[in-house]
Amino acid sequence: MYEFEFKRPGTIADAVAALGAEEAQMLGGGQTLLPTMKQRLAAPAVLVSLGGIAEMQGVCTDDAGRICVGGGTTHAAVAAATAESYPALSHLAGHIGDPAVRNRGTIGGSLANNDPAACYPAAVLASGANVVTNTREIAADDFFEGMFTTALNDGEIITEVKFPVPVAANYQKFLQPASRFALTGVFVAKFAGAVRVAVTGASEDGVFRWSEAEAALSGNFSPEAVDGLSVSADGMIADLHGSAAYRANLVKVLTKRAVAAC
Amino acid sequence: MPKDSGIGASSKRREDVRFLTGTGNYTDDINLNGQAYVHFLRSDVAHGRLNKVDTSVAAEMPGVVRIFTGADFEGVGGLPCGWQVTDKHGNPMQEPAHPVLAQGKVRHVGDPIAAVVAETAAQARNAAEAIELDIEELPAVIDMKEAVKEGATKVHDDLESNLCYDWGFVEENKAAVDEAFEKAAHVTTLELVNQRLVANPMEPRVAVGDYNRATGDSTLYTTSQNPHVIRLLMGAFVLGIPEHKLRVVAPDVGGGFGSKIFHYAEEAFCTFAAKALARPVKWTSSRSEAFISDAHGRDHVTKIELALDADNNFTALRTDTYANMGAYLSTFAPSVPTWLHGTLMAGNYKTPLIYVNVKAVFTNTVAVDAYRGAGRPEATYQLERVIDKAARELGVDPVDLRRQNFITEFPYATPVAVEYDTGDYNATMDRLLEMVDRDGFEARAAESAKSGKLRGFGVNTYIEACGIAPSALVGQLGARAGLYESATVRVNATGGLVVMTGSHSHGQGHETAFPQVVADMIGISEDMVEIVHGDTANTPMGMGTYGSRSLAVGGSAIVRATEKIINKAKKIAAHLMEASEGDIELKDGQFTVAGTDKSVAWGDVTLAAYVPHNYPLEEIEPGLEETAFYDPANFTYPAGAYACEVEVDPDTGKVTICSFAAADDFGNVVNPMIVEGQVHGGLAQGIGQALLEGAVYDENGQLLSASYMDYAMPRADDLPSFQVDHSCATPCTHNPLGVKGCGEAGAIGSPPAVVNAVVDALQRGGHNVTHIDMPLSPGRVWQAMNG
Repeated sequence: MYEFEFKRPGTIADAVAALGAEEAQMLGGGQTLLPTMKQRLAAPAVLVSLGGIAEMQGVCTDDAGRICVGGGTTHAAVAAATAESYPALSHLAGHIGDPAVRNRGTIGGSLANNDPAACYPAAVLASGANVVTNTREIAADDFFEGMFTTALNDGEIITEVKFPVPVAANYQKFLQPASRFALTGVFVAKFAGAVRVAVTGASEDGVFRWSEAEAALSGNFSPEAVDGLSVSADGMIADLHGSAAYRANLVKVLTKRAVAAC
Repeated sequence: MPKDSGIGASSKRREDVRFLTGTGNYTDDINLNGQAYVHFLRSDVAHGRLNKVDTSVAAEMPGVVRIFTGADFEGVGGLPCGWQVTDKHGNPMQEPAHPVLAQGKVRHVGDPIAAVVAETAAQARNAAEAIELDIEELPAVIDMKEAVKEGATKVHDDLESNLCYDWGFVEENKAAVDEAFEKAAHVTTLELVNQRLVANPMEPRVAVGDYNRATGDSTLYTTSQNPHVIRLLMGAFVLGIPEHKLRVVAPDVGGGFGSKIFHYAEEAFCTFAAKALARPVKWTSSRSEAFISDAHGRDHVTKIELALDADNNFTALRTDTYANMGAYLSTFAPSVPTWLHGTLMAGNYKTPLIYVNVKAVFTNTVAVDAYRGAGRPEATYQLERVIDKAARELGVDPVDLRRQNFITEFPYATPVAVEYDTGDYNATMDRLLEMVDRDGFEARAAESAKSGKLRGFGVNTYIEACGIAPSALVGQLGARAGLYESATVRVNATGGLVVMTGSHSHGQGHETAFPQVVADMIGISEDMVEIVHGDTANTPMGMGTYGSRSLAVGGSAIVRATEKIINKAKKIAAHLMEASEGDIELKDGQFTVAGTDKSVAWGDVTLAAYVPHNYPLEEIEPGLEETAFYDPANFTYPAGAYACEVEVDPDTGKVTICSFAAADDFGNVVNPMIVEGQVHGGLAQGIGQALLEGAVYDENGQLLSASYMDYAMPRADDLPSFQVDHSCATPCTHNPLGVKGCGEAGAIGSPPAVVNAVVDALQRGGHNVTHIDMPLSPGRVWQAMNG
């Protein structure tokens, strides 16, 4: 790790100011950034921790019934706070990484990083959540722009994520054997009017909605509704752990399992 | 009734108290006054000509003490290879130079180019980044079969080719083997890969070199399984330091699995640099560095053929293996695919004719050497897979086919040069089948089917040659070392004992098990016996720990030394009791005179030895200290039968191990709890190989699985609760304890059981899959089922 200056502001405003420095980088829970820095693959001059900002902590419910998660809230805290209000989200948060990751990693950090195999993007996209930043509110459909790419501008901080709560939902994660990230993960959310299906881990473009499945499930919310659909292997990730065709298969298998578990 | 102390008791591991409370003394815990730190600049290309290494800018960086390059080692020896294999034409293997730091070329990703010594580890790393390199990249040689083709790029320009050796075993049998295949009623052929593995001990390697200007003595603290071997190799072949001026200390070591047997460049460097700089120099490997600098294991590509007669008797076996050596010959690399592999190809079976061909190949990859089992897992895997395939082709029960061909009379001389002293393969198979309730399989398979899962049952046997090894024999086979073991037993005046052993414990529990042996022989408390190991300054010359040898060879040396102690103590006791030496008996720590009520205690005798006021000084010397060197008469042959039951999810290809049972014959057992722990660990590594682990290079020689993000280690929830048993014991006939060794068995015996079970599950599910190469990851299993 190279030397850097460390700042830990107490407010969003102070964080924004600190991030104005040359080569400043914000730090969420550090579960991706710190290992990268230790490998000397990232070298920020100033590291601005968001961990001290009280207004970005915690989980509450807004007037519209949405679950609002502060951007600096850890996975463990989300898992504990949403066990009854949004069990599928709680289960997802409670199975990210290992206990150390869950007690340090934050929702804002995960979404800003948008790792193609991360779990949270699937929940946010399937729930149709809104990502709130220090400057604006971004709909999930507009937020994820591809592998490790989001709509966030430089220095823009995720302060909150607002989750509409579906009637029923389930997340199925198939583990990559080594890292235990999602080799493929599917989040199915059934709302009164529609069904949303978000897939992580599979595509070279990062998290995506499987619109054919959404259409089929909106008419007939049963595992069999997906039977007739096929998922193209084009654009799927192929690596040591699975071919593109294998991941395409997992998308369908996991979608059916998620529906069955709803 | 289980014993509560001595041989056969499950004494609790005394060393675990310090390991579990953070008070162990590992090499990285050693920090010496004035210590500097070294960072190795390693090649990030697999193959290249080193045109320039410019350290001028880096040398001016803060904290830099000195930067070393290959040029500093031109007058220094290279890392030696400890085993010379002779090829099938009678010629010695091709043996390339292995410089401490790269000279002229880099040959694998991770090859050390320069070493920066600085005041802090961070400063050393910073300066290493400022070294300017000009490397002319050359085509990387990765695939073994491509590497030995005419015109292939050579890893070593001064060798004739990338073929280290072409070994035929037994070459004189080849014609008879080929003839048997022509006459066979049935031939089963299987091509398979025994994939490359990374050992991954919990503690990465560390080396601290020290030099005493006052005495001219060098000391190396290192994470080694065999400090005396390192002292001999590094002192005699690399640095030219005589043994009396060189001390090697391997303190607490956090696992090795073979990867810490070998003499590594970093050890030689730290010792060399400490002398050059007259200050201690320390290197601590990062986990990332371990992936590209620790010797890897396995990496065989094999075609095996089994010939059977019309009655399903095995008549001949023929194998053709390419074994990866990597870019350099690691210390014992040439022996692994030959003498530790070819000699085990008979397995537990009376196949009369066997021919093994092994082509060892240089590639632009990390060196490959012994890893838990070393050659024997490769032999067991291919043999037990081809037998399973044969049973399937012939429509016979895989257990019955094995039983029919078991060796049943001992001693048994195999056609591959070893003689099994004892064993009972039907007994372990019987015990195994009792453990696994094979009759209930169909009911369990029906349960699995209800949830859409395919259930399969796999079985295999294994045999290994352990207790390595008879020195004269291995000398004939090319070993450049003897493989005896040593022990000094020092009895103190008040009766306590210190046993100095040449074995090394890095997780095996020697500090607990060895005292059980000594205490049992004398009839005293285990607490009265202390074990000293791991330091060449206070232990006799020993060969260290690997090849499941420590109890069989090191323990036997302890027995021999303790026998000498007891014999002398009896003389003293006879004198004290004015009796004839022949009438003295030792039991429960008391010397008695047969047929009388006279007795003296162990402590009275030991005190007399050191306070010889009333002592037979005209006959024997004072003191009570004896040394023994034990050279085994033969290998030992642990064997057993393993079974695995799996469920395969046909939708995802995921394999779940439902149960795993191991029935082992380890001969006599000193500490059943430690033995069980060793088997559990071995099974975890074997199942890790079967389902999860695999080191993969891309065509450019970049290691794709270079961290735990991609290299899948077995975790607790990947494994079932094991059923293990070692009640079928046929004691070794040629060592005093009747022990065979247990450290590697689990890793050797388990991979075929898992793969056999998965193939069984898929076949039962109607999939015509006859083989899948390890690791049987979900993706691979699904791909096999879906073309």
